[in-house]
Amino acid sequence: MTVLNGLTMGMVLVLVAGGLSIIFGMLDVLNFAHGSLYMLGGYLGYTLSIATGSFWLALLLAPVGVAMVGFFIEFFTLRPLYGRPPLHHLLLTFGISLIAQNAVKFIWGNDIYSVETPESLTGIVEFLGIAYPTYRLFILLFSIGIAILMWLLITKTRYGIVVRAGTEDIETLEAHGIDTRKVFTGVFILGSALAAIAGAAVAPMRTVYPQMGIDIIIDAFVVVIIGGLGSIRGTVIGALILGQAIQMGAVFLTGFADAAIYIVMAGILLFKPSGLVAESN
Amino acid sequence: MMSVEDVHTYYGPSHVLHGIDLLLEKGDVISVMGRNGAGKTTLMRTIMGLTPARQGTVGFDGRDITRLKPHDIFRLGIRLVPQGRNVFPKLTVEENLRLALVAQKSADPRSELEKAYDRFPILGQRRQQKVKGLSGGERQMLAIARGLLGKTRILLMDEPSEGLAPLIIRELHDTILEIKTEDITIFLAEQNVKMALSVCDRHYILEKGEIRFTGTTEEMSANKDIMIQTLGVSA
Ligand SMILES: Nc1ncnc2c1ncn2[C@@H]1O[C@H](COP(=O)(O)OP(=O)(O)O)[C@@H](O)[C@H]1O
Ligand SMILES: [Mg+2]
Repeated sequence: MTVLNGLTMGMVLVLVAGGLSIIFGMLDVLNFAHGSLYMLGGYLGYTLSIATGSFWLALLLAPVGVAMVGFFIEFFTLRPLYGRPPLHHLLLTFGISLIAQNAVKFIWGNDIYSVETPESLTGIVEFLGIAYPTYRLFILLFSIGIAILMWLLITKTRYGIVVRAGTEDIETLEAHGIDTRKVFTGVFILGSALAAIAGAAVAPMRTVYPQMGIDIIIDAFVVVIIGGLGSIRGTVIGALILGQAIQMGAVFLTGFADAAIYIVMAGILLFKPSGLVAESN
Repeated sequence: MMSVEDVHTYYGPSHVLHGIDLLLEKGDVISVMGRNGAGKTTLMRTIMGLTPARQGTVGFDGRDITRLKPHDIFRLGIRLVPQGRNVFPKLTVEENLRLALVAQKSADPRSELEKAYDRFPILGQRRQQKVKGLSGGERQMLAIARGLLGKTRILLMDEPSEGLAPLIIRELHDTILEIKTEDITIFLAEQNVKMALSVCDRHYILEKGEIRFTGTTEEMSANKDIMIQTLGVSA
C-alpha cells in the first residue's frame, strides 16, 4: 500500500520534475515558478470543474489555460534575459512565483478547496490482494500514460530529436536551421502544461491550497538534483525514488516526514555528487 | 555569390577580425589559411551569423545577410561543418542527420539519407549507433554528410583535418575533391597547407585577423616566403 502510494506520488513528480528538467536542460533556466504553474493547474481545475460541472473538461482545459500563462512568462519575461547569468532567471522566476501565489490568494482567498472526485472514480478497487482507492489508481495510470506519451514524443519524433539536441548544444542546433527561440517557447509551454495536468489531476486527492506550489517545487528540485541536472532518465528515476521516500517517511517517520526527502538526497549526493545519471559533458 | 566586405568582428571588447574582404563565386573552392588564433573560426562564425560582424557586411546572392540569425542563414543554403567535429554525441548517427533535414521541408528525408549513406557507407552501417562511440574520422564524415543534406550552396569547413591520422586525411582529401565536382561552393579553413593547396584553387592567408595574401595555388607556390612568414611552413 505504501509502496503503491509512493509510486503514485513518484509518477506525479515525474510530470512536474520532467518539465522542470527539460526546461533546465534546454533553456538553462532553473524555473522556480514551475510550482506556481502546478498550483494554477489545481486552482483552474477546481474553478472549471465547478463552472462546467465536469471534472474531465476541467482536466482538459486547465492545462490549456496554464500553457497560455506559460507562453506569456517565457515570451515576455524570460526571453529578454537569455544569455544572462543563471541567477537572473532564478530571481525572475522566484518573483513570478511570489506574484502567482499572491494572485491566487487574491482571487481564491486563503481557503483550502477540495475538488470532488468524479463519480466514476470514487470508491475502492481490489487487485493483487490489496484494496486501493480508485482515484489514486487512476492518477497512477493516467500519469504513466502521459509519461509514455512524452517518452514517445522525445524518442521517436523529429521534435524530440530537436529537444534532445538542444539540451546538448544550442548553438549548433541554431546553425542547422532550427529557430531555437521558438523551440524554447514550445518547450516552456509544454512544461507548463505538464505541471498543470499534474496539479489538476491530484486536486481531488490532495486539495488545492496556496502553499501547494511551494511544496511541489521543493520536491521537484530535489528530484532534478538527485537525478542529475538536465537528464530526463535521471529525473524519472529520481522522481520514483523520492515518491517512495516521501511515503515511507510519512509512515515510518511520523512527524519527520519531510526529513526523509533530505536524508535520501544527502545519501545519494554523498555517493553520486552530480546525481544518479550524471551528464558527461 | 558571397561577399565579405570590411568585416570587423569582436568577442565582447576583444577585436578579432580587422576589416576582412573576401569574394566567393559559384563553384569556387577557396581556402583560408592561418595559424592557430588567426581568426579562421571567427570568420566562419561571422558568415554563419553565430558571432555577427559589428561593422562591415556579409552579402549572399546580392542580399545583405550580416545580421540574419544562423537558422535563416542555414535556410539560404549556407552550411557550416564546425571545427572539432561538432556533432551531437548523445544522438545516433541517423538522428544527427535527420536534424539537418528538420528545417528543409522540401527535401525528401529518405532519399537524402540514402545519398549520405552511399557517400559514406560506414555511416550507413552505424546509423543506429550513438555518435559517442564513433572515431574522430567517422565523426568528421558525419559532420560533412550533415552539411551536404538537402540544398547546400556553400559548404564552410572549419579545419576538417585537425587531429586526424594521415590515412584518414587522405580519405578526407578525396571526399572534398568529390564534393568539388558537384557544383557546391567550398570555403575551407585549414592549417594543413598541403591539404589546402591540393584541393583549393584560390587561397587567403589570415594573420591576426587580417588578410595578408590572396592568390591562386600557383601564385602561392611561387611565393614561398609569405607562407614561411605567416604559416611557418613551406609547401
Ligand atoms: N569565445 C571567444 N571569446 C573571446 N576570444 C575568443 C573567443 N574565441 C576565439 N577568441 C580569440 O579570437 C582569436 C581568433 O580565434 P579563432 O577564430 O578561433 O582562430 P583560429 O580558428 O584561426 O584558430 C584568438 O585570439 C582567440 O583567442
Ligand atoms: Mg579555429
